[in-house]
Amino acid sequence: MKLSNFIATIVLGTMTHVALAAEEVNIYSYRQPILIKPMLDVFTGDTGIDVNVVHAKKGLLERLRSEARNTPADLVFTVDIGRLADLKSAGLTQSVDSELLDTNIPVSQRDTQGHWYGLTQRARILLASKDRAKGEISSYEELASENMQGRVCTRSGKHPYMVGLTASMISYHGIEGAEKWLTGLKNNLARKPQGNDRAQVKAIKEGECDVAVINHYYMYKMLSDPKQVPWAESVDVIFPNQGDRGTHMNISGMAMTKYAKNRENALKLMEYLASSKAQKLYSEVNGEYPVQQGVEWSEQLKMWGEFKRDDISLSDVAANRAEAIKMMDRVAYDD
Amino acid sequence: MTERGAAIPAAPLRKPRFRVDLWQLGSSVFAALALLPVLAILWLALFPEENIWPHLISTSLPGYIQSTLILMLGVGVSVFLTGVSTAWLVTHYEFPLRRQFEWMLLLPLAIPAYVIAYMYTDLLEFAGPIQRSLRGVFGWELARDYWFPNIRSMGGGILMMGLVLYPYVYLLARAAFLEQSPNQFEASRLLGNSQFKSFLKVSLPIARPAIVVGVALALMETLNDFGTIDFFAIKTLTAGLYDVWLGMGNLGGAAQVATTMLTFVILLLSLEYFGRRRQRFYQSGQRFKEKVRIRLPGKQPWWLTIFCAIPVIAGFIVPVGLLINLAIIYFDVSWTSEFRYYALNSLMLSSIAAVVTILIAMLIAYTRRLHAHSRKMLIVSRVASLGYAVPGAVLAVGVIIPFAAWDNWVDSLAREWFGYSTGLILSGTIFAVIFAYVVRFLAVSIGSIESSLSKVSESMDMAARTLGYSRRQVLTRFHLPLIKGGILTAGMVVFVDSMKELPATLILRPFNFETLATHVYQFASDELIGESALGSLFIVLAGLVPVIFLSRTISRSNLVRPTRPRD
Repeated sequence: MKLSNFIATIVLGTMTHVALAAEEVNIYSYRQPILIKPMLDVFTGDTGIDVNVVHAKKGLLERLRSEARNTPADLVFTVDIGRLADLKSAGLTQSVDSELLDTNIPVSQRDTQGHWYGLTQRARILLASKDRAKGEISSYEELASENMQGRVCTRSGKHPYMVGLTASMISYHGIEGAEKWLTGLKNNLARKPQGNDRAQVKAIKEGECDVAVINHYYMYKMLSDPKQVPWAESVDVIFPNQGDRGTHMNISGMAMTKYAKNRENALKLMEYLASSKAQKLYSEVNGEYPVQQGVEWSEQLKMWGEFKRDDISLSDVAANRAEAIKMMDRVAYDD
Repeated sequence: MTERGAAIPAAPLRKPRFRVDLWQLGSSVFAALALLPVLAILWLALFPEENIWPHLISTSLPGYIQSTLILMLGVGVSVFLTGVSTAWLVTHYEFPLRRQFEWMLLLPLAIPAYVIAYMYTDLLEFAGPIQRSLRGVFGWELARDYWFPNIRSMGGGILMMGLVLYPYVYLLARAAFLEQSPNQFEASRLLGNSQFKSFLKVSLPIARPAIVVGVALALMETLNDFGTIDFFAIKTLTAGLYDVWLGMGNLGGAAQVATTMLTFVILLLSLEYFGRRRQRFYQSGQRFKEKVRIRLPGKQPWWLTIFCAIPVIAGFIVPVGLLINLAIIYFDVSWTSEFRYYALNSLMLSSIAAVVTILIAMLIAYTRRLHAHSRKMLIVSRVASLGYAVPGAVLAVGVIIPFAAWDNWVDSLAREWFGYSTGLILSGTIFAVIFAYVVRFLAVSIGSIESSLSKVSESMDMAARTLGYSRRQVLTRFHLPLIKGGILTAGMVVFVDSMKELPATLILRPFNFETLATHVYQFASDELIGESALGSLFIVLAGLVPVIFLSRTISRSNLVRPTRPRD
């Protein structure tokens, strides 16, 4: 029985592209399916269109490029702006013309030519120990200030989230200014960059450092994990730079492939994910900020409240990513 | 073999004529196929989007190379000492629990390096239970109040990888020690050499080919590891490769870094070759004489028990204990109905990969034996091993390129001639995944099988051929029974490695296809170590089955009288 299942999988896997004519959408996803499954399930339930997913963190762009016009993929989902920009500049996406998408997604959160669309926003926030750093920090720039010496924790500088933040610093302060800032931050680190965003919160709880930089939804998830609640409760959440440009935001997004075969179904899925219903689910399930204005936020997001977001064009930030990575090498951020 | 006594068939007379050597042809074809992904990567390296070398050389490259060398040296010394010493003890000494240790020492092989790294970090980091209780006892508060070794460091990385990779050396060294005739060792003892000196002067050199293969395998695993070094923030060449590829979006530059790594592997492979070159030791009929193990006086054997227990406890019992603990805490979220299906997928993929890899490796290793002095076959065997040098994710890209090119070519032909689109035939199928596994792990099995074959005396081939047996018959009737152990070893290693393989599986798999590893990864990559624990535990358990099976077979083959040529 199970053996036959497996054989069936092999045979079907081999013939997918030839045999399947059913209503479907095929996705290459840089996002974990568990995070989008709730929305996709509702979509299939409502429309009867099956959604098939391959998830990987690397290599999907290369797979798409090699498969060229024979690719089975209709859509690509990503977790940051960098990859969306890469897809477009590699000529692997197509322009989508949808009034609904244009209405629901603000222009700063999508490609002006319709090659990619943002789905959710994630804020790069600061955390300060309630006991040891209360009220001491309110901007990214202050991470490099002298009173933070030996008190800051971050993850590896090469991680896309740190690269994104540094790229936005380049946009505002130029290469020289950003490098000065990054050097200052590097000198203020309490330890060699390590671990994930959650690990930084843990380190504050245990007194290894006083201040950290993380993506906001990790706080959201920690508050729903009994073991991690104490870590989350030991810190204040700070949305930085409220006095000036606002908090740095990155996006998760989607793009239609150039050779999409199920174009109509793919468009239906895109429009569905930008609808209020799916946007609300994103906020409830993953704790991310909906890109659509006016969608009701989850309770936790409401509790943190409204804040000023940095609305610099994401394409501009993406353009500085390569420079940001080189800068990480130059200041030896991870050593 | 009984029919052989009845009538010795006369060797048919053959007219000398030109004919294609199917063995050589087959080997070359498979080696060429295995080389394809590597060529694809070299091709990429020729056309980078931006020349990244000036930047790399002036900033991070020297550091990458330095830490790669330190890591490899550390892991090499660690796996050598642990693997050889434990293998020697269980084959030559009698001590409490010795029989259990024979197989328990293999257990850490079932644990992926990144899993053990996660577990020890949980245990030893600042926020972990050990440091927390220390702080509680001594009243320290902050990290600056006291000193504690940092697990997330080069030392920690060497320790973690040494713990899970030493079984490669143990496995091969033990097999080699078991296959050794006790006569030479006895002779050395009779000549007045001490136990230890006899070990150093006689047994170790004879086992050298096997040990060198084991160390080389462990080092190639080290070179390839990404999970652990990423987690520990150790900047090796692999880390640099991913920086260039994913961070700077420069696949060509990444392929260039991969090429640099390739030179490391070629160095390792040559090391292995030169290690063996001047050494030819043959197994002879006497080797299966029951070994007499040494029994130390008094309580001393217990020290040996403790010595062997250390790698087992540190490399298996502690991390698995922590895994079980986490798996229980997060059981409700992790236990879903798909679980068994994913496990079955993993088992099937790994089994197919193991069988295919073994068949190809046997073909290549045996052909090389047939043409013992042919430089060409040496090259074929080395070329087929190159895939091991390439990190999984890069190899996957190397597989995609020729596969998709082939598919698109067939498709365009079909369109042109029949007006019909065939779409993708090989890309995005399980075939592509298995192909990648075979390319990736061929080196493991070729190394192991060549090492086993090299110990079978060539005079036996000659005798058998003189008696009129075909080359195929020599392989199936004479070599196979003798090198069974080596084949099983190779098969097991490929199986367990495929089970753990992640990056290539992720990139190449068909839609909606999950293995245990990809399932676990979903959680682990979202930093949910607890939720991934159950899956990791399953990977470890599945990996255990062949480990135990293999170990039993080796043990039994030591007791049961083997098939061997008659005197």
